[in-house]
Amino acid sequence: MVFSRGFRGKRREGPPDRVPPGQYLTDDFPVLSAGPTPHTPLDEWTFTIQGGAEPVTWTWDEFRALPSETPTVDIHCVTRWSKLDTVWEGVSVDTLLEAVEHDASYAVAFCDGGYTTNLPLEDLTGGKAWVAYSYDGDDLDPEHGGPARLLVPHLYFWKSAKWVRGLSLRDEDEPGFWESNGYHLRGDPWLEQRYWGD
Amino acid sequence: MAGAAVLGRLTWLGAEVAAVVPETPRVRTLELYAPGWLGHRAGQHLDLRLTAEDGYQAQRSYSIASAPGDSLTLTVERLDDGEVSPYLVDEAREGDMVELRGPIGGYFVWDGNETEPVLLVAGGSGVVPLMAMARHRSRIGSTAPMRLLFSSRTLEDVIYREELERLAAEGDGFEVVHTLTREQPPGWTGYSRRIDPELLAEVAFPAHERPRVYVCGSTRFVDAAADGLIELGYEPAWIRTERFGATGS
Repeated sequence: MVFSRGFRGKRREGPPDRVPPGQYLTDDFPVLSAGPTPHTPLDEWTFTIQGGAEPVTWTWDEFRALPSETPTVDIHCVTRWSKLDTVWEGVSVDTLLEAVEHDASYAVAFCDGGYTTNLPLEDLTGGKAWVAYSYDGDDLDPEHGGPARLLVPHLYFWKSAKWVRGLSLRDEDEPGFWESNGYHLRGDPWLEQRYWGD
Repeated sequence: MAGAAVLGRLTWLGAEVAAVVPETPRVRTLELYAPGWLGHRAGQHLDLRLTAEDGYQAQRSYSIASAPGDSLTLTVERLDDGEVSPYLVDEAREGDMVELRGPIGGYFVWDGNETEPVLLVAGGSGVVPLMAMARHRSRIGSTAPMRLLFSSRTLEDVIYREELERLAAEGDGFEVVHTLTREQPPGWTGYSRRIDPELLAEVAFPAHERPRVYVCGSTRFVDAAADGLIELGYEPAWIRTERFGATGS
Protein backbone atom coordinates (compact mmCIF):
# COMPACT_ATOMS: atom_id res chain seq x y z
CA MET A 1 0.00 0.00 0.00
CA VAL A 2 1.19 3.51 -0.79
CA PHE A 3 1.04 5.73 2.30
CA SER A 4 1.09 9.53 2.23
CA ARG A 5 3.33 10.69 5.08
CA GLY A 6 1.62 13.08 7.45
CA PHE A 7 -1.89 12.61 6.02
CA ARG A 8 -4.62 12.14 8.63
CA GLY A 9 -7.78 13.24 6.87
CA LYS A 10 -11.00 14.61 8.23
CA ARG A 11 -12.86 11.31 8.13
CA ARG A 12 -16.24 12.59 7.07
CA GLU A 13 -17.11 9.16 5.86
CA GLY A 14 -20.64 8.93 7.18
CA PRO A 15 -22.63 5.78 7.82
CA PRO A 16 -21.01 3.00 5.77
CA ASP A 17 -24.34 1.59 4.64
CA ARG A 18 -25.26 4.97 3.13
CA VAL A 19 -22.01 6.36 1.75
CA PRO A 20 -20.50 4.30 -1.09
CA PRO A 21 -16.75 3.64 -1.33
CA GLY A 22 -14.58 6.62 -2.26
CA GLN A 23 -17.30 9.17 -1.45
CA TYR A 24 -17.44 11.87 1.21
CA LEU A 25 -20.42 13.68 2.68
CA THR A 26 -21.31 17.26 1.90
CA ASP A 27 -24.13 19.54 2.97
CA ASP A 28 -23.65 21.69 -0.14
CA PHE A 29 -25.22 20.98 -3.47
CA PRO A 30 -22.36 21.39 -5.96
CA VAL A 31 -23.15 22.01 -9.62
CA LEU A 32 -21.49 20.20 -12.52
CA SER A 33 -22.48 20.88 -16.11
CA ALA A 34 -20.57 20.58 -19.35
CA GLY A 35 -22.04 23.71 -20.89
CA PRO A 36 -24.12 26.81 -20.27
CA THR A 37 -27.31 26.54 -18.21
CA PRO A 38 -30.34 26.41 -20.56
CA HIS A 39 -33.43 28.48 -19.70
CA THR A 40 -36.47 27.03 -21.44
CA PRO A 41 -39.76 28.90 -20.85
CA LEU A 42 -42.40 26.65 -19.33
CA ASP A 43 -44.86 27.35 -22.16
CA GLU A 44 -42.32 25.87 -24.59
CA TRP A 45 -41.42 22.95 -22.35
CA THR A 46 -42.63 19.44 -23.18
CA PHE A 47 -41.70 15.96 -22.07
CA THR A 48 -41.71 13.27 -24.74
CA ILE A 49 -41.24 9.54 -24.69
CA GLN A 50 -40.30 8.33 -28.14
CA GLY A 51 -39.39 4.94 -29.52
CA GLY A 52 -42.63 3.22 -28.50
CA ALA A 53 -45.62 2.44 -30.71
CA GLU A 54 -46.44 6.19 -30.77
CA PRO A 55 -44.52 9.13 -29.31
CA VAL A 56 -46.22 10.47 -26.20
CA THR A 57 -45.82 14.13 -25.21
CA TRP A 58 -46.90 16.10 -22.16
CA THR A 59 -46.96 19.88 -21.89
CA TRP A 60 -45.78 21.45 -18.63
CA ASP A 61 -49.34 21.78 -17.34
CA GLU A 62 -50.21 18.23 -18.33
CA PHE A 63 -47.03 16.98 -16.75
CA ARG A 64 -47.70 18.79 -13.49
CA ALA A 65 -51.21 17.33 -13.40
CA LEU A 66 -49.79 13.77 -13.32
CA PRO A 67 -49.73 12.05 -9.93
CA SER A 68 -46.50 12.96 -8.15
CA GLU A 69 -44.34 11.43 -5.43
CA THR A 70 -41.98 13.02 -2.90
CA PRO A 71 -38.99 10.70 -2.57
CA THR A 72 -36.32 11.33 0.10
CA VAL A 73 -33.11 9.86 -1.26
CA ASP A 74 -29.31 9.86 -0.95
CA ILE A 75 -27.40 11.11 -4.00
CA HIS A 76 -23.85 10.33 -5.07
CA CYS A 77 -21.79 12.33 -7.58
CA VAL A 78 -18.90 10.70 -9.42
CA THR A 79 -16.77 13.69 -8.36
CA ARG A 80 -17.03 12.07 -4.89
CA TRP A 81 -19.54 14.05 -2.93
CA SER A 82 -22.58 12.33 -1.48
CA LYS A 83 -25.55 14.08 0.04
CA LEU A 84 -28.01 12.29 2.30
CA ASP A 85 -31.76 12.70 2.71
CA THR A 86 -32.44 15.00 -0.23
CA VAL A 87 -36.16 15.67 -0.74
CA TRP A 88 -37.67 15.88 -4.21
CA GLU A 89 -41.04 15.98 -5.86
CA GLY A 90 -41.72 14.58 -9.29
CA VAL A 91 -43.42 12.02 -11.43
CA SER A 92 -42.35 8.41 -11.24
CA VAL A 93 -40.96 7.09 -14.55
CA ASP A 94 -43.27 4.11 -13.99
CA THR A 95 -46.23 6.48 -14.26
CA LEU A 96 -44.89 7.95 -17.50
CA LEU A 97 -44.19 4.59 -19.09
CA GLU A 98 -47.73 3.41 -18.36
CA ALA A 99 -48.81 5.75 -21.16
CA VAL A 100 -46.46 4.13 -23.69
CA GLU A 101 -46.75 0.86 -25.52
CA HIS A 102 -43.26 -0.54 -26.04
CA ASP A 103 -40.98 -3.56 -25.70
CA ALA A 104 -37.70 -1.66 -25.25
CA SER A 105 -34.97 -2.57 -22.79
CA TYR A 106 -32.98 0.67 -22.71
CA ALA A 107 -33.52 4.40 -22.81
CA VAL A 108 -31.52 7.50 -23.62
CA ALA A 109 -32.59 10.60 -21.72
CA PHE A 110 -32.34 13.75 -23.85
CA CYS A 111 -32.11 17.28 -22.57
CA ASP A 112 -32.01 20.97 -23.36
CA GLY A 113 -28.42 21.85 -24.15
CA GLY A 114 -27.85 18.56 -25.95
CA TYR A 115 -26.91 16.42 -22.94
CA THR A 116 -27.80 12.74 -23.08
CA THR A 117 -27.39 9.77 -20.76
CA ASN A 118 -28.23 6.12 -21.24
CA LEU A 119 -29.97 3.78 -18.81
CA PRO A 120 -31.37 0.27 -18.85
CA LEU A 121 -35.13 0.45 -18.30
CA GLU A 122 -34.57 -1.78 -15.29
CA ASP A 123 -32.87 1.18 -13.64
CA LEU A 124 -35.71 3.54 -14.54
CA THR A 125 -38.63 1.40 -13.40
CA GLY A 126 -39.82 -0.25 -10.22
CA GLY A 127 -40.06 2.95 -8.18
CA LYS A 128 -36.37 3.81 -8.63
CA ALA A 129 -36.53 6.86 -10.91
CA TRP A 130 -38.47 10.09 -11.27
CA VAL A 131 -38.69 13.21 -13.40
CA ALA A 132 -38.36 15.75 -10.60
CA TYR A 133 -39.47 19.39 -10.70
CA SER A 134 -39.05 20.32 -7.06
CA TYR A 135 -36.14 20.13 -4.65
CA ASP A 136 -36.35 20.74 -0.92
CA GLY A 137 -39.85 22.16 -1.23
CA ASP A 138 -39.06 24.71 -3.95
CA ASP A 139 -39.12 24.77 -7.72
CA LEU A 140 -35.96 23.17 -9.06
CA ASP A 141 -33.33 25.86 -9.80
CA PRO A 142 -32.08 26.04 -13.39
CA GLU A 143 -28.50 25.40 -12.20
CA HIS A 144 -29.69 22.14 -10.64
CA GLY A 145 -31.60 21.11 -13.74
CA GLY A 146 -34.89 23.00 -13.53
CA PRO A 147 -37.57 23.08 -14.68
CA ALA A 148 -37.21 19.31 -14.48
CA ARG A 149 -34.47 16.73 -14.22
CA LEU A 150 -34.26 13.00 -14.15
CA LEU A 151 -33.70 11.59 -10.66
CA VAL A 152 -32.08 8.14 -10.52
CA PRO A 153 -30.51 8.20 -7.09
CA HIS A 154 -29.17 4.65 -7.01
CA LEU A 155 -26.75 5.49 -9.84
CA TYR A 156 -24.04 8.19 -9.96
CA PHE A 157 -25.70 11.55 -10.34
CA TRP A 158 -24.63 12.22 -13.94
CA LYS A 159 -27.39 9.73 -14.81
CA SER A 160 -29.91 12.11 -13.22
CA ALA A 161 -29.91 14.25 -16.34
CA LYS A 162 -30.57 17.95 -15.81
CA TRP A 163 -33.00 19.88 -18.06
CA VAL A 164 -34.47 16.58 -19.24
CA ARG A 165 -36.99 16.79 -22.06
CA GLY A 166 -37.70 13.17 -22.73
CA LEU A 167 -36.72 9.56 -23.04
CA SER A 168 -35.86 7.77 -26.24
CA LEU A 169 -36.60 4.06 -25.86
CA ARG A 170 -34.13 1.63 -27.44
CA ASP A 171 -33.57 -2.08 -27.92
CA GLU A 172 -29.87 -1.71 -27.18
CA ASP A 173 -27.75 0.29 -24.78
CA GLU A 174 -26.20 3.31 -26.47
CA PRO A 175 -23.66 5.49 -24.63
CA GLY A 176 -24.76 9.02 -23.78
CA PHE A 177 -22.63 12.13 -23.32
CA TRP A 178 -20.39 11.27 -20.39
CA GLU A 179 -20.56 7.58 -21.23
CA SER A 180 -18.87 8.48 -24.55
CA ASN A 181 -16.31 10.59 -22.71
CA GLY A 182 -14.71 8.10 -20.39
CA TYR A 183 -17.43 7.43 -17.83
CA HIS A 184 -18.99 4.07 -17.04
CA LEU A 185 -21.96 2.80 -19.04
CA ARG A 186 -24.06 2.07 -15.92
CA GLY A 187 -22.51 3.95 -12.99
CA ASP A 188 -23.42 2.02 -9.86
CA PRO A 189 -21.77 3.90 -6.96
CA TRP A 190 -21.76 0.83 -4.69
CA LEU A 191 -19.63 -0.96 -7.29
CA GLU A 192 -17.56 2.22 -7.90
CA GLN A 193 -18.41 2.10 -11.59
CA ARG A 194 -16.89 5.51 -12.30
CA TYR A 195 -14.97 5.14 -15.53
CA TRP A 196 -14.64 2.88 -18.54
CA GLY A 197 -13.46 -0.53 -17.43
CA ASP A 198 -14.45 -0.12 -13.76
CA MET B 1 -5.12 9.82 -27.86
CA ALA B 2 -4.55 9.01 -24.26
CA GLY B 3 -7.70 9.36 -22.24
CA ALA B 4 -10.22 9.03 -25.03
CA ALA B 5 -8.84 5.66 -25.94
CA VAL B 6 -8.19 4.13 -22.54
CA LEU B 7 -10.52 1.18 -22.69
CA GLY B 8 -9.00 -0.94 -19.96
CA ARG B 9 -9.54 -0.22 -16.32
CA LEU B 10 -7.74 2.85 -15.05
CA THR B 11 -5.48 1.62 -12.31
CA TRP B 12 -4.04 3.48 -9.34
CA LEU B 13 -0.39 4.43 -9.82
CA GLY B 14 2.02 5.39 -7.08
CA ALA B 15 3.48 8.86 -7.68
CA GLU B 16 6.28 10.67 -5.90
CA VAL B 17 6.20 14.38 -5.22
CA ALA B 18 9.22 15.52 -7.23
CA ALA B 19 8.95 19.24 -6.51
CA VAL B 20 6.64 21.78 -4.93
CA VAL B 21 6.31 25.35 -6.18
CA PRO B 22 4.32 28.00 -4.31
CA GLU B 23 2.11 29.98 -6.71
CA THR B 24 0.10 32.25 -4.39
CA PRO B 25 -0.57 32.25 -0.64
CA ARG B 26 -3.34 29.68 -1.15
CA VAL B 27 -2.12 27.80 -4.18
CA ARG B 28 0.74 25.46 -4.84
CA THR B 29 1.98 23.42 -7.79
CA LEU B 30 3.15 19.86 -7.28
CA GLU B 31 5.30 18.10 -9.82
CA LEU B 32 4.68 14.37 -9.69
CA TYR B 33 6.90 11.55 -10.83
CA ALA B 34 4.49 8.77 -11.83
CA PRO B 35 6.12 5.83 -13.59
CA GLY B 36 3.53 4.16 -15.82
CA TRP B 37 1.48 7.32 -16.41
CA LEU B 38 0.32 7.12 -20.02
CA GLY B 39 -0.09 10.82 -20.71
CA HIS B 40 -3.09 13.07 -21.00
CA ARG B 41 -4.85 15.65 -23.16
CA ALA B 42 -4.86 19.35 -22.27
CA GLY B 43 -7.88 20.02 -20.04
CA GLN B 44 -8.22 16.56 -18.53
CA HIS B 45 -8.17 15.78 -14.82
CA LEU B 46 -7.13 12.90 -12.64
CA ASP B 47 -8.13 11.32 -9.36
CA LEU B 48 -5.67 11.59 -6.51
CA ARG B 49 -5.78 9.33 -3.47
CA LEU B 50 -4.11 9.78 -0.10
CA THR B 51 -3.73 6.94 2.40
CA ALA B 52 -3.11 7.60 6.09
CA GLU B 53 -0.92 5.34 8.24
CA ASP B 54 -3.96 3.45 9.52
CA GLY B 55 -5.27 2.80 6.03
CA TYR B 56 -7.88 5.59 5.92
CA GLN B 57 -8.17 6.92 2.37
CA ALA B 58 -9.51 10.03 0.71
CA GLN B 59 -9.68 10.79 -2.99
CA ARG B 60 -10.44 13.89 -5.01
CA SER B 61 -10.27 15.01 -8.64
CA TYR B 62 -7.73 17.61 -9.77
CA SER B 63 -7.18 19.24 -13.13
CA ILE B 64 -3.82 18.61 -14.73
CA ALA B 65 -1.80 21.82 -15.14
CA SER B 66 1.00 20.60 -17.37
CA ALA B 67 0.98 20.32 -21.15
CA PRO B 68 0.83 16.81 -22.59
CA GLY B 69 4.39 15.57 -22.82
CA ASP B 70 5.78 17.75 -20.02
CA SER B 71 6.42 16.57 -16.46
CA LEU B 72 3.08 15.95 -14.79
CA THR B 73 2.02 18.84 -12.56
CA LEU B 74 -1.08 19.67 -10.55
CA THR B 75 -1.90 23.11 -9.18
CA VAL B 76 -4.04 22.94 -6.08
CA GLU B 77 -5.86 25.63 -4.10
CA ARG B 78 -6.25 25.14 -0.35
CA LEU B 79 -9.90 24.95 0.67
CA ASP B 80 -10.01 25.79 4.34
CA ASP B 81 -12.52 23.11 5.28
CA GLY B 82 -11.03 20.68 2.80
CA GLU B 83 -9.57 17.28 3.46
CA VAL B 84 -7.12 16.63 0.63
CA SER B 85 -6.20 20.12 -0.56
CA PRO B 86 -4.72 21.31 2.78
CA TYR B 87 -2.40 18.29 2.73
CA LEU B 88 -1.30 18.97 -0.84
CA VAL B 89 -0.81 22.73 -0.31
CA ASP B 90 0.63 22.81 3.22
CA GLU B 91 2.04 19.41 4.13
CA ALA B 92 3.29 17.43 1.15
CA ARG B 93 6.98 17.75 0.36
CA GLU B 94 9.50 16.32 -2.03
CA GLY B 95 9.67 12.54 -1.73
CA ASP B 96 6.14 12.07 -0.35
CA MET B 97 3.91 9.57 -2.10
CA VAL B 98 0.38 9.86 -3.44
CA GLU B 99 -1.63 7.70 -5.83
CA LEU B 100 -3.09 8.76 -9.16
CA ARG B 101 -5.74 7.40 -11.50
CA GLY B 102 -6.47 8.85 -14.89
CA PRO B 103 -6.51 10.76 -17.10
CA ILE B 104 -10.26 11.42 -16.99
CA GLY B 105 -12.67 13.39 -19.14
CA GLY B 106 -12.90 13.60 -22.91
CA TYR B 107 -14.95 16.75 -23.39
CA PHE B 108 -13.25 19.69 -21.68
CA VAL B 109 -10.13 19.19 -23.80
CA TRP B 110 -8.25 21.11 -26.48
CA ASP B 111 -5.90 19.09 -28.66
CA GLY B 112 -4.64 21.96 -30.78
CA ASN B 113 -5.53 20.42 -34.13
CA GLU B 114 -7.94 23.20 -34.99
CA THR B 115 -7.14 26.72 -36.12
CA GLU B 116 -10.23 28.59 -34.93
CA PRO B 117 -9.71 31.09 -32.10
CA VAL B 118 -9.82 29.79 -28.55
CA LEU B 119 -11.27 31.86 -25.73
CA LEU B 120 -10.31 30.76 -22.24
CA VAL B 121 -12.21 32.27 -19.32
CA ALA B 122 -10.82 31.51 -15.88
CA GLY B 123 -12.01 32.36 -12.39
CA GLY B 124 -9.28 31.86 -9.77
CA SER B 125 -7.91 28.33 -9.69
CA GLY B 126 -10.20 27.55 -12.62
CA VAL B 127 -7.20 28.62 -14.65
CA VAL B 128 -5.48 25.27 -14.12
CA PRO B 129 -6.93 23.18 -16.97
CA LEU B 130 -6.84 26.27 -19.20
CA MET B 131 -3.14 26.71 -18.43
CA ALA B 132 -2.59 23.17 -19.71
CA MET B 133 -4.15 24.34 -22.99
CA ALA B 134 -2.02 27.51 -23.14
CA ARG B 135 1.13 25.51 -22.45
CA HIS B 136 0.12 22.90 -25.01
CA ARG B 137 -0.44 25.61 -27.61
CA SER B 138 3.02 27.00 -27.01
CA ARG B 139 4.64 23.57 -26.93
CA ILE B 140 3.20 22.40 -30.26
CA GLY B 141 3.55 25.79 -31.97
CA SER B 142 -0.16 26.09 -32.73
CA THR B 143 -1.15 29.22 -34.63
CA ALA B 144 -4.73 29.25 -33.33
CA PRO B 145 -5.29 32.64 -31.68
CA MET B 146 -5.83 32.07 -27.97
CA ARG B 147 -7.02 34.65 -25.47
CA LEU B 148 -7.24 34.10 -21.72
CA LEU B 149 -9.59 36.27 -19.68
CA PHE B 150 -8.51 35.68 -16.11
CA SER B 151 -10.44 36.90 -13.08
CA SER B 152 -8.60 36.95 -9.73
CA ARG B 153 -9.31 38.66 -6.44
CA THR B 154 -6.02 40.54 -6.06
CA LEU B 155 -2.72 40.72 -7.90
CA GLU B 156 -1.10 38.39 -5.40
CA ASP B 157 -3.83 35.83 -6.07
CA VAL B 158 -3.00 35.65 -9.79
CA ILE B 159 -1.78 32.12 -10.44
CA TYR B 160 0.98 31.68 -13.09
CA ARG B 161 1.31 35.45 -13.46
CA GLU B 162 4.92 35.51 -14.70
CA GLU B 163 4.55 32.54 -16.99
CA LEU B 164 1.42 34.05 -18.52
CA GLU B 165 3.33 37.27 -19.15
CA ARG B 166 6.12 35.32 -20.81
CA LEU B 167 3.69 33.40 -23.01
CA ALA B 168 1.95 36.62 -24.04
CA ALA B 169 5.29 38.34 -24.70
CA GLU B 170 6.17 35.76 -27.32
CA GLY B 171 3.79 37.60 -29.63
CA ASP B 172 2.62 34.43 -31.34
CA GLY B 173 -1.10 34.93 -30.88
CA PHE B 174 -1.51 34.21 -27.16
CA GLU B 175 -2.98 37.06 -25.14
CA VAL B 176 -3.95 37.41 -21.49
CA VAL B 177 -6.39 39.93 -20.04
CA HIS B 178 -6.65 40.22 -16.26
CA THR B 179 -9.43 41.49 -14.10
CA LEU B 180 -8.90 41.97 -10.36
CA THR B 181 -12.21 41.93 -8.54
CA ARG B 182 -11.31 42.79 -4.96
CA GLU B 183 -8.23 44.97 -4.83
CA GLN B 184 -6.02 46.58 -7.45
CA PRO B 185 -2.45 47.81 -7.05
CA PRO B 186 -1.66 51.49 -7.72
CA GLY B 187 -1.45 52.17 -11.42
CA TRP B 188 -3.43 49.02 -12.35
CA THR B 189 -4.43 49.23 -15.99
CA GLY B 190 -6.41 45.99 -16.28
CA TYR B 191 -10.07 45.49 -15.48
CA SER B 192 -11.26 45.96 -11.90
CA ARG B 193 -14.61 44.22 -11.74
CA ARG B 194 -16.37 40.91 -12.02
CA ILE B 195 -16.94 39.60 -15.50
CA ASP B 196 -20.05 41.18 -17.06
CA PRO B 197 -21.47 41.39 -20.59
CA GLU B 198 -19.70 44.71 -21.38
CA LEU B 199 -16.36 43.34 -20.29
CA LEU B 200 -16.90 40.20 -22.35
CA ALA B 201 -17.89 42.29 -25.37
CA GLU B 202 -14.55 44.11 -25.15
CA VAL B 203 -12.40 41.02 -24.64
CA ALA B 204 -14.07 38.10 -26.42
CA PHE B 205 -13.52 37.26 -30.09
CA PRO B 206 -16.45 38.41 -32.22
CA ALA B 207 -19.10 35.72 -32.61
CA HIS B 208 -18.63 35.51 -36.38
CA GLU B 209 -15.18 34.02 -35.79
CA ARG B 210 -16.93 31.04 -34.16
CA PRO B 211 -14.43 30.59 -31.35
CA ARG B 212 -14.09 27.54 -29.15
CA VAL B 213 -14.67 28.52 -25.56
CA TYR B 214 -13.52 26.94 -22.32
CA VAL B 215 -14.81 28.41 -19.07
CA CYS B 216 -13.67 27.16 -15.68
CA GLY B 217 -14.39 28.54 -12.23
CA SER B 218 -17.08 28.60 -9.59
CA THR B 219 -20.66 27.93 -10.64
CA ARG B 220 -21.61 31.58 -10.34
CA PHE B 221 -18.57 32.65 -12.35
CA VAL B 222 -19.17 30.08 -15.08
CA ASP B 223 -22.84 30.98 -15.44
CA ALA B 224 -22.04 34.71 -15.62
CA ALA B 225 -19.41 34.12 -18.30
CA ALA B 226 -21.46 31.64 -20.33
CA ASP B 227 -24.66 33.70 -20.19
CA GLY B 228 -22.72 36.85 -21.17
CA LEU B 229 -21.15 35.11 -24.15
CA ILE B 230 -24.53 33.84 -25.32
CA GLU B 231 -25.76 37.45 -25.17
CA LEU B 232 -22.91 38.32 -27.54
CA GLY B 233 -24.22 35.81 -30.04
CA TYR B 234 -22.10 32.81 -29.08
CA GLU B 235 -23.86 29.48 -29.57
CA PRO B 236 -24.18 27.41 -26.39
CA ALA B 237 -22.58 24.48 -28.19
CA TRP B 238 -19.28 26.42 -28.54
CA ILE B 239 -18.98 26.84 -24.81
CA ARG B 240 -17.49 24.07 -22.72
CA THR B 241 -17.65 24.54 -18.99
CA GLU B 242 -16.13 23.07 -15.90
CA ARG B 243 -17.42 24.19 -12.51
CA PHE B 244 -16.27 23.74 -8.99
CA GLY B 245 -18.47 24.58 -6.05
CA ALA B 246 -17.62 24.73 -2.38
CA THR B 247 -17.31 20.98 -2.43
CA GLY B 248 -15.18 20.67 0.66
CA SER B 249 -12.48 18.89 -1.28
